[in-house]
Amino acid sequence: MSGRLEVMKTYKLYINGAFPRTESGRSYEIKSHSGEFLANACLASRKDLRDAVVAARAAQPGWAKATAYNRGQIIYRIAEMLEGRADQFAQEISLQTGATAKESLQEVSEAVDLLVWYAGWSDKLPSLAGATNPVSGPFYNFTVPEALGVVGVIAPIEKPLFGFVAAIAPILVSGNTAIALASSSAPLSAISFAEVVATSDLPNGVLNILSGQQSELAPWFASHMDIDGLDISGLAVDQHGTIKEAGVENLKRISSFAQTAEPGRILAFMEAKTVWHPIGN
Amino acid sequence: MNFEYAAAPESRSVVKIDPVYGHFINGKWVTGTSHFNSINPATEEVLSSIALGTSADVDAAVKAARNAFDKSWSKLSGRERGKYLFRIARIMQERAREFAVLETLDNGKPIRESRDVDVPLSAAHFFYHAGWADKLEFAGVGTTTTPHGVVGQIIPWNFPLLMLAWKVAPALATGNTVVLKPAETTSLTALLFAQVCQQAGLPEGVVNIVTGDGSTGAAIVNHPGIDKIAFTGSTDVGKLIARAVSATNKSLTLELGGKGANIVFGDAAIDETVEGIVNGIFFNQGHVCCAGSRLILQENIADEVLEKLKRRMEKIRVGDPLDKNTDLGAINSAEQLAKIHELTAAGDTEGAARWSPNCALPDKGFWFAPTIFTGVTQAHRIAREEIFGPVLSVLTFRTPNEAIEKANNTPFGLSAGIWSEKGSNILWATQQLRAGVIWANTFNKFDPASPFGGYKESGWGREGGRHGLSAYLKGSAK
Amino acid sequence: MNFYGLVDGSDTSLRNYLKQLPGVDQVGADARAAMLATRSIKTTSKAWAIDTAISMVDLTTLEGADTPGKVQALCSKAFRPDPTNPEVPHVGAVCVYNDMVGIARQHLDSIGAKELPVAAVSTAFPSGRASMAVKLQDTEDAILAGAAEIDMVIDRGAFLSGRYIEVFEEIVAIREVCGNRAHLKVILETGELVTYDNVRKASYLAMLAGADFIKTSTGKVTPAATPPVVLVMLEAVRDFYDLTKVRIGVKPAGGIRTTKDAIKQLVLVNETAGPEWLDPSLFRIGASALLNDLLLQRMKMSDGYYASPNYVTID
Repeated sequence: MSGRLEVMKTYKLYINGAFPRTESGRSYEIKSHSGEFLANACLASRKDLRDAVVAARAAQPGWAKATAYNRGQIIYRIAEMLEGRADQFAQEISLQTGATAKESLQEVSEAVDLLVWYAGWSDKLPSLAGATNPVSGPFYNFTVPEALGVVGVIAPIEKPLFGFVAAIAPILVSGNTAIALASSSAPLSAISFAEVVATSDLPNGVLNILSGQQSELAPWFASHMDIDGLDISGLAVDQHGTIKEAGVENLKRISSFAQTAEPGRILAFMEAKTVWHPIGN
Repeated sequence: MNFEYAAAPESRSVVKIDPVYGHFINGKWVTGTSHFNSINPATEEVLSSIALGTSADVDAAVKAARNAFDKSWSKLSGRERGKYLFRIARIMQERAREFAVLETLDNGKPIRESRDVDVPLSAAHFFYHAGWADKLEFAGVGTTTTPHGVVGQIIPWNFPLLMLAWKVAPALATGNTVVLKPAETTSLTALLFAQVCQQAGLPEGVVNIVTGDGSTGAAIVNHPGIDKIAFTGSTDVGKLIARAVSATNKSLTLELGGKGANIVFGDAAIDETVEGIVNGIFFNQGHVCCAGSRLILQENIADEVLEKLKRRMEKIRVGDPLDKNTDLGAINSAEQLAKIHELTAAGDTEGAARWSPNCALPDKGFWFAPTIFTGVTQAHRIAREEIFGPVLSVLTFRTPNEAIEKANNTPFGLSAGIWSEKGSNILWATQQLRAGVIWANTFNKFDPASPFGGYKESGWGREGGRHGLSAYLKGSAK
Repeated sequence: MNFYGLVDGSDTSLRNYLKQLPGVDQVGADARAAMLATRSIKTTSKAWAIDTAISMVDLTTLEGADTPGKVQALCSKAFRPDPTNPEVPHVGAVCVYNDMVGIARQHLDSIGAKELPVAAVSTAFPSGRASMAVKLQDTEDAILAGAAEIDMVIDRGAFLSGRYIEVFEEIVAIREVCGNRAHLKVILETGELVTYDNVRKASYLAMLAGADFIKTSTGKVTPAATPPVVLVMLEAVRDFYDLTKVRIGVKPAGGIRTTKDAIKQLVLVNETAGPEWLDPSLFRIGASALLNDLLLQRMKMSDGYYASPNYVTID
């Protein structure tokens, strides 16, 4: 050990572009893979979730109205920023999961590339998922896919960075805003990801990141009437039924996914609007 | 009180033009054997000396492209190819000002247009197509995701950098390698683009740029090592190329001329319509294949629109393209200026009434005042032939059917405009019009996601969007 | 009243007239305004534009907390914007609530600014929600106290619910009170009208009813004087001149805070209605903070380096 004492990072929440602590004042210990103390992460409360939803809802119309090109560029910039911090993220992954440096760097590279992949969908998906429909009559009829609104994410536990990116990127690319709950046992990658997002021109509130216990917060995600969709890929399978049932009250669109790179993950959180207009003079 | 705008010139110092250029082959600069001058059409000053590509130069380029295709480019995953294109897009954005000034110097178009339209759209094309490189299986253009191999691309002088982007971006995204020939009078931004390829670390030979004239283009068209040709230019040359490759297996797409009809109905939003008419024919000095060069006015508002149009034309600022307040720049070459003079003289002879606002034209350089001809009929040369200059031919119609008939009565079919506040009328007109791009209540709008191309003699195939990708994949229907 | 021979004062006549006006394409209007905003106004034309803009400012204070002291300070500033430099022109007018008009007029007269008019907001500004009797009295009070200009608000509720003739008749009545004692600006409150089609209709309605100026906003609602809205109003006065040979003025108010904003407005005027409107008699800018930014920019142009807010007065 050299003589210099490191300044340890404080891991906070990321809500509406700011880094507040949890309003509950609670924290919980994050230990490294080998059992050493790493950090006290915020133990987010339902009120933090509530505040994040308010921020996400406020940000959503503006984000959806941005051009697809603009959204794609911003998500590409998130990739640029993450690439620049590869070492930082690789170190954090290794500490949390015990992966080797090489494996961790590999995970970061995959996360960057996945962001780039999703960024490229923003201005293409409507050309594929939309359509003009040949109805029987003098009408112009077209279907456009539209962003759903505010989507919650219960982030997966394995691959704490890659899994997180795979969950949030497809949600954001189409114009949704999101509140993501980091993996309970290995939240540091998700929380640090806020640093990347904050330097990427992503408007405040578009992505909000909480750390805390799945068991405490997942039911609140599910029951919140102003959340429109949920990605529960990070939730244990035996929990899916309960959560889905709780989400029925406002007919949340709830999905979990096996594949990470799939346009279906984007479409799962979109609506389809069909328009008719007469043709004639 | 007169509000005169003082000169507001964009500085040239951001751009460094070499006195002589070679070709960009296999990632390196190759000296040319003979050269020709490239001038600034606004001042007639010589900007640089450009290499005249010979058959040997073309051969070297095709070999480099083939080698790059076989050894490096086709070995890369779509994901990696895409990342090169993202890099190119970003670097173009970073060097935007340099590109804009250079384009204005070389082409003569106003700096406001190169800055606000050409350069941003060019970067956007690369950004858009970068995202397709690893998604070809979703593009739904057929069952193939195989590129052709080496593509030869010949582009025109009216949007030099943008036409380069329209060609190179989809070609690379789909896995092809490229031999590109910029137009004789506008090579400089293509040569600057070669620097961008180097900065992006693009593997050698993936993009090759051979400058030259029609003979260089012919060498590319006829080279047996080229799998596909993409050409944008005049209909006459397009037909020459089509004949030349008809007995070969080469795939060919063409983006040719137009004589776009801009139809104004009596219920149009008048002020925005006048803007749209002006934009339709005076944007880029009218050097636009999809220009709204025939104004087809409903008789019941013709007088009102014409009066407003003339008043609006008085405000068009013609002059130094580098001045940020210039609206109309220089005609690209003495040759093009002569063509415009020839056709407008025909307009006079054939009995149409010519009108231009009073504007002082500079003594040096190639200039033509914005002009309208009224009393034009379908039989007039200025109603049938593409003038490719800031000249608008005005016709009238009484009923919607008549408007459509006149609009469609042309061997071209690239673009059309419709101005009406009635939605059903617009949709009806779009159904009837035989044109590949139809603008309703707007004009000259381009986007990498929006397919562009013409019916009839305006060409073969589309560029942009999913539809534009198919041309660069082997075995696709179109 | 003759209403320029274009309407006869009846509900039907007015409705028909407004209905036949051409629509405004919002995207096209936004694009035209955005293009004009790219004009680069430098050196001599910038210097001219700054001084012209200063001479067009209606220096305004419309706060519940306004006091005689505040109004007097505003008047001094209006007459001599830069105490260290007498070359700086005085503004176009001072704009206050009608119970402050007397104070403003007295103070201006006492400092030798007899030619600087006082404009009063009236007719239950800013909401316009009061009885007709109150609005008429409001106007009469202001004129008696010395206001040479009346800025009235239209009844937006009536407009949006289609009761155009009510809006029209109110303007006619206030116009009659003004007579030839004061010129009348009609505030459309474009932020509440929302669509450009409504802005066009309201502009014509106001002009037909006798407005001398059409004004965008009260400054109490956003959005206020956005460039496309001002564009539509300038088109209206231009076309109205073609019909009647009478020039009506335009006053954008609200949201014009910087010299850049002001210059953009002048470009809009220049390339839409035309240079005849580039005069305080036909174009005013309702603003308060703008004046100091114009002064700072004026200093930079003459001194050659950036100025600091320390060198301009607060009013």
